[in-house]
Amino acid sequence: MDTFNAEEIRAHFPILQEVIHGKPLIYFDNGATSQKPTVVIDRISNYYSHENSNVHRGVHFLSDQATQAYELARSTIAAFIHAKHAQEVIFTKGTTEGINAIAFSLGESLQSGDEILISGMEHHANIVPWQMLCERKGTLLKVIPVLDNGTLDLEAFESLLNEKTKLLSIIHVSNTLGTINPVEWMIEKAHAVGAKVLLDAAQSIQHLSIDVQALDCDFMVFSGHKVFGPTGIGILYGKKDILNELPPYQGGGDMIETVTFEKTTYNELPLKFEAGTPNIAGAIGLGEAFSFMNSIDLRGAYQKEKELGAYLRERMREIPSIRFIGDAPETCSTLSFLVGDLHPFDLGTLLDKQGIAVRTGHHCTQPLMQRFNIPGTVRASLAFYNTKNEIDLFIHALTRSIRMLS
Amino acid sequence: MSNTINQIQDEIVEEFSMFEDWMEKYEYLIDLGKELPLIAEEMKTEDRLIHGCQSRVWVASMMEGPRLLFTADSDAMITKGIISLLIRILSNQTPEDIVKSDLYFIGKIGLQEHLSPTRANGLVGMINRLKNDGLKQLAK
Ligand SMILES: Cc1ncc(COP(=O)(O)O)c(C=O)c1O
Repeated sequence: MDTFNAEEIRAHFPILQEVIHGKPLIYFDNGATSQKPTVVIDRISNYYSHENSNVHRGVHFLSDQATQAYELARSTIAAFIHAKHAQEVIFTKGTTEGINAIAFSLGESLQSGDEILISGMEHHANIVPWQMLCERKGTLLKVIPVLDNGTLDLEAFESLLNEKTKLLSIIHVSNTLGTINPVEWMIEKAHAVGAKVLLDAAQSIQHLSIDVQALDCDFMVFSGHKVFGPTGIGILYGKKDILNELPPYQGGGDMIETVTFEKTTYNELPLKFEAGTPNIAGAIGLGEAFSFMNSIDLRGAYQKEKELGAYLRERMREIPSIRFIGDAPETCSTLSFLVGDLHPFDLGTLLDKQGIAVRTGHHCTQPLMQRFNIPGTVRASLAFYNTKNEIDLFIHALTRSIRMLS
Repeated sequence: MSNTINQIQDEIVEEFSMFEDWMEKYEYLIDLGKELPLIAEEMKTEDRLIHGCQSRVWVASMMEGPRLLFTADSDAMITKGIISLLIRILSNQTPEDIVKSDLYFIGKIGLQEHLSPTRANGLVGMINRLKNDGLKQLAK
């Protein structure tokens, strides 16, 4: 099926029509957050205009409707990632909360000397919660090194795995380098030593088709706002048997079965991990974002992104003194670069003045910057609604910026 | 008698009014950065580094008679341009005038976006540092 039409897709995203500093917006900061299609925006607006009510609580019509819409969103997302059961999908406020939840809940059962394995290209969200756990429990944090080309040192990975490794918490696609890590293979290796695996899919859920059962990851987390949904909502997926074993992360309303001052029993999945009134509109909006992806030729969209990513890299190689930070054989449409000794901030500012949104800085991966011995990069991160023409304009604007700074 | 803070601000506003678009303004800003009175290398110490900037900015000050002189540097050219404007206005003024100054030129030349607290170049941090150095002299 080859029905992907770039112009039609763009028409779904109203913000792409914005004019910035007198120039049509070219949005190349999709790694930070994606734009939202009209259906998502309308869905949220409709929820607040006509459906707003608390979930899982009232007997009245609106509450029942809101609960159904909220649970439908869960089922849609569960089906999209091929979860076996909808209860395996927990609403969080984002990737960060999902990782913190596992660091707490799984962390409770860990002993001093147990090891957590992460990689040198993790986002701070997949570093700091583990450091906090190590402080609390005396567990040890081990780090898979990153090679010069921006891939993981897989030999080192294999030798770091041992029977003390309790968890591999690994980034699927690097937000800074665009590298796609061979997570299916890594998950298998980690399971072979009895470790569980948490997959940080914040940068893969919007670019790759993901099947949690085929991958066999034990947990997976991502943020709604990076996958065409609203901010303040995200997903923690966990295998049912494992989630059932874990203690809850927060206590409060909705997550309980009975409460007495002597003893409280917890609710079943997924509510056990959803204490308090959740972000209902966010969840419903996120469900709509996944329905939107189901409604388009997603395979065509992924293919288009791949071509855009390749075209970006090809055009960027023409630029004198360009340096790609990481140049892995398998990448998503994200590219970090530097030009000569120009400061990323200067390049980013001048691109902004030409209507182009890129991100500059360390991208919440300071250890990775230290690994490459650089203070930061300029990062262009594309989505399927970007175009080749935008890449051409970007190259033109970048060339002009470089000339001004040289 | 050197020009007052407001005279210099008005001068800058007039210079920037000649530019039609953003790129011209920034071209000029980059040029101004090249005229920045540079801080001596050995003065680029941690305590002279302004935090909260994506680029690094160092500022040093010293009294000369009744007036405070500033030197600075940054590893980013635009940041250098911005700090050079601040220094052109505030250097060689009395600490009292520096502390009291109202830097209205920022809005008038369209740099107010750099004032947002999350803005990566930390113009707010630079202004606070210059004024603080003035305050320290007053407290003596
Ligand atoms: C790979 C990765 N992990 C984690 C995060 C954190 O996501 P959030 O800030 O939405 O919780 C991000 C987003 O910047 C990311 O790119």
